Amino acid sequence: MDSIQRTIMSQTLLDKVWAAHAVRTLPNGSTQLLIGTHLIHEVTSPQAFGMLGDLGLKVLYPSRTFATVDHIVPTDERQEPFSDTLADAMIKALRKNCDDHGIKFFDLPSGQQGIVHIVGPEQGITQPGTTIACGDSHTSTHGAFGAIAFGIGTSQVRDVLATQTMAIRKPKVRRINVNGKLSPGVYAKDVILHIIRKLGVNGGLGYAYEYGGTTFDAFTQEERMTVCNMSIEGGARVGYVNPDNTTFEYLRGRNYAPKGADWDAAVARWKATASDPDAVYDDVVTYDAADIAPTITWGINPGQAIFINENVPLASDVPEKDRATAEEAYAHMQLTAGKPIKGTKVQVAFLGSCTNGRLSDLQEVARYIKGRKVSSSVKAIVVPGSQSVASLAESMGLAEIYRDAGFEWRGAGCSMCLGMNPDKLVGDQLCASSSNRNFKGRQGSPTGRTVLMSPLMVAAAAITGEISDAREIFDIK
Amino acid sequence: MALEKITQTSGRGVYVPGDDLDTDRVIPARFMKCITFDGLGEFAFFDARAAAKAEGQTHPLDDSRFTGASILFSGSNFGCGSSREHAPQALYRFGIRAVIAESFAEIFFGNSITLGMPCAVMSGQDIRAVAQIIESDPEALITLDLLEGKLSIADMDFPATLPPHAQEALVTGKWDAIADLLEGIADVRTCAAKLPYMAA
Repeated sequence: MDSIQRTIMSQTLLDKVWAAHAVRTLPNGSTQLLIGTHLIHEVTSPQAFGMLGDLGLKVLYPSRTFATVDHIVPTDERQEPFSDTLADAMIKALRKNCDDHGIKFFDLPSGQQGIVHIVGPEQGITQPGTTIACGDSHTSTHGAFGAIAFGIGTSQVRDVLATQTMAIRKPKVRRINVNGKLSPGVYAKDVILHIIRKLGVNGGLGYAYEYGGTTFDAFTQEERMTVCNMSIEGGARVGYVNPDNTTFEYLRGRNYAPKGADWDAAVARWKATASDPDAVYDDVVTYDAADIAPTITWGINPGQAIFINENVPLASDVPEKDRATAEEAYAHMQLTAGKPIKGTKVQVAFLGSCTNGRLSDLQEVARYIKGRKVSSSVKAIVVPGSQSVASLAESMGLAEIYRDAGFEWRGAGCSMCLGMNPDKLVGDQLCASSSNRNFKGRQGSPTGRTVLMSPLMVAAAAITGEISDAREIFDIK
Repeated sequence: MALEKITQTSGRGVYVPGDDLDTDRVIPARFMKCITFDGLGEFAFFDARAAAKAEGQTHPLDDSRFTGASILFSGSNFGCGSSREHAPQALYRFGIRAVIAESFAEIFFGNSITLGMPCAVMSGQDIRAVAQIIESDPEALITLDLLEGKLSIADMDFPATLPPHAQEALVTGKWDAIADLLEGIADVRTCAAKLPYMAA
């Protein structure tokens, strides 16, 4: 094999997608990268449309731009106008911008509205070998399909609207292998929390994460989305899984997926975008699935995580550079170093978000909560990630199971993940949450406390009223 | 679109200690209910400032000694979390013109450069040394020199650097990429035409 051929044969998916979408090299060395799919929502787009207007520019590819409304929508009283006038102004602004520029809007009355990172995949808009950008850091979710997907700021939303490109430097690639079978009661959420715990919240700086190994091979498409979703919590702006039959079967027949002969051609192309077997990585790390137990956060960033049966770490056991943050975390979380977190009282349980608000999440928990009751001391809400997820779940009888167990069954949106809508923590409530961030104030109360965990662990906490091991509560062996 | 060439920025400093200060900390999400960035300055570090006040303390950004400071110093992984441009916008509108930290989260960094707000890296030791000088002399004038890659205060120089592409973008007045990107539109169409999913 000559060297050119070897170079071609040993590319990562990132290399291939980058090469296909690199428009040109900019004077400062950045790539002008074509963004094939632009997803927009109400929070980070209005200012971008404003800038576009100020510059007298139009949307270059309105047909490659898709909108939904998620962050600010109430999940209970959804009639417009919203009682929150600021939220109402935001949905109206998005509606007008989409109308003015001819952009497809999965609006509230459409029956297809939902969290942007759930809507894109379920509509079949998210496809392998594509580039995707959205003014939201959890855009890495779409990498589960073998897309290169970036969270971007509002000025870059403007750039993509006006030019369908953005200026960006090619990241390095770290291959993260997880091999083997997860133990019963251990989920994709535990895998990504474990990875972030091991590599740190800034370990991914400058990297794209390529997830692989037999654990990922066996994962469903939705499990892969859960992992890719939280790449940014490890500092990696991009995370992806190579596309395979699991990916293709998920996409088959979806609204925006290719049809007929186009489908076969697309699958052939998609297969070819996967990393070559001899692809060269800038770094490789490998974990054993059997080593991972249900994992929860104890602190104020997603890297401050432990297995459910571990104690909150002592400051002396934390690397010196992380000690000040650990001290801040003990104080904020009202936890004692060296003591178990299990048994800590919980006031709120939140099942939803772009991390864990998909149908499979709701199905998995429903299997276990039949006949169980939410503790009287806990407010528990289930927020389907999209209207499509909600209607499917309702048709399968899941909503009834949740309601019977004492959960509130809500409408689709970001809800309590981030406190931009009426679903917020109050005071120092502790929330068992299936979401992605446990930053101070994240869930809408400056003193509110967030403990991240898998959906089933949220259900266990809801039922017992305290942080619990779901394997014990639901007799999972 | 000619932009200012940002070769240096001068002003007084303020030190907000801490590692992993995330964008929810810089501006809590509930203040992002807006359709313009106007007025975001008052929400910079809103909860941290309120919490300090509630405990009878004064957050550095509310400390009258540092009023008008334009160079913010902090710890490592500054700006991690959300992609919200509201975070650098809030700092900029508060009056901050440069951020110095041990390291920056990637999206925050890019968003800041696009606003023409340099984010320079200094060692933790140097940042703490500068913080001590600011503490003893809040009026001390600080200059971040992007051409020389140094930060000067009280007759002392410290290495303060940006990655070459960001440094060049600022000093050549190309920190907002839109003009460059617009120049490539013909190439964009050519590239898009080769991709089946964009033609469909």
